[in-house]
Amino acid sequence: MESHVVVIYPHPDDEAFGAAGTITHFREQGVPVTYLCGTLGEMGRNMGNPTFANRETLPSIRKQELIQACEVLDVDLRMLGYRDKTLEFESREKIAEHLLTYLQDLQPSLVITHYPAYAVHPDHNAFGAAAIDAINRMEHEKRPKVWAQAFSRTHLEDLGEPDVSIDVTPYFETKFKTISAHRSQAAGVLGSIDPDTGDLADIIKEKLTTEQFYTWNFIE
Amino acid sequence: MKTIVTEIVQEKLEQFLNQDVYIHIETTNGAYASHHNAKAYNAGVFMRNATIRYEQAKITGDESSYRIGLKTTNGWVYAEGIRQYEIDNQDRLLLAGHDQEGRLMVALQISATPFSN
Repeated sequence: MESHVVVIYPHPDDEAFGAAGTITHFREQGVPVTYLCGTLGEMGRNMGNPTFANRETLPSIRKQELIQACEVLDVDLRMLGYRDKTLEFESREKIAEHLLTYLQDLQPSLVITHYPAYAVHPDHNAFGAAAIDAINRMEHEKRPKVWAQAFSRTHLEDLGEPDVSIDVTPYFETKFKTISAHRSQAAGVLGSIDPDTGDLADIIKEKLTTEQFYTWNFIE
Repeated sequence: MKTIVTEIVQEKLEQFLNQDVYIHIETTNGAYASHHNAKAYNAGVFMRNATIRYEQAKITGDESSYRIGLKTTNGWVYAEGIRQYEIDNQDRLLLAGHDQEGRLMVALQISATPFSN
């Protein structure tokens, strides 16, 4: 059993779409979960549908949505204060040092983050890389396990099948509530799924009923 | 945001004439454009808190797509695809265009004070 799980993603709603079921799985076991959320998704282009946000109101709206989502998930939330879309241009070293201060404090047994270079959004790739850099700096025996999430078009081809696959069907309701808490984003993100690429039921099943990760292999 | 009323926007544009103003300008097709459609690729640009001073400003076009042009002392600021506006509680002029799903495609915002970082 895990002692503490830390989720490191850059955007409010990454936790909802990517790991809400897995988080619920751990919370039901009584495992504490902390979400280190990098930005407030300030540059998101979804403004609700119909639109109710604008570029200047979006940060505070998404902050409230994030707080609400974390209440649904019953997790401890830390907002790290970076700006959406800019993570890859920040010093990776500085972000890694920043993340390390949280990891030293929280001493997780498991970290969930994005798989660098295989997580589509440049913020995902940059933040995942910084998270892994941070853990690399820890003493070997203090390092948590890392589950890295990949979903680029080529991830299966390049990385093979993920070794961790969580069936989140039992937690579907919580996952759906968590996604719905991100009211400004939910409709747009789900609406952008292209039904031409497959049967919609299959897409939803694939997207929302399993959460998959690769256990990161730290090379000594 | 509200549907463009050209008279209101034109008047507001002119209130900012000949003074230093802060601009947020942006266009994007989203961070997932190529992920959702292999034939597409991501394109976007934003600039936040550029300071400019313009001496002439006009809104043209129609409800399908308005255009804004600001003539500065040594160049231009241009935005196309504007359909909505808002004058917010900080007296800033926010202009934007969204797609059918409410996703922002273009924004041009003008303020006498800096936009939050």
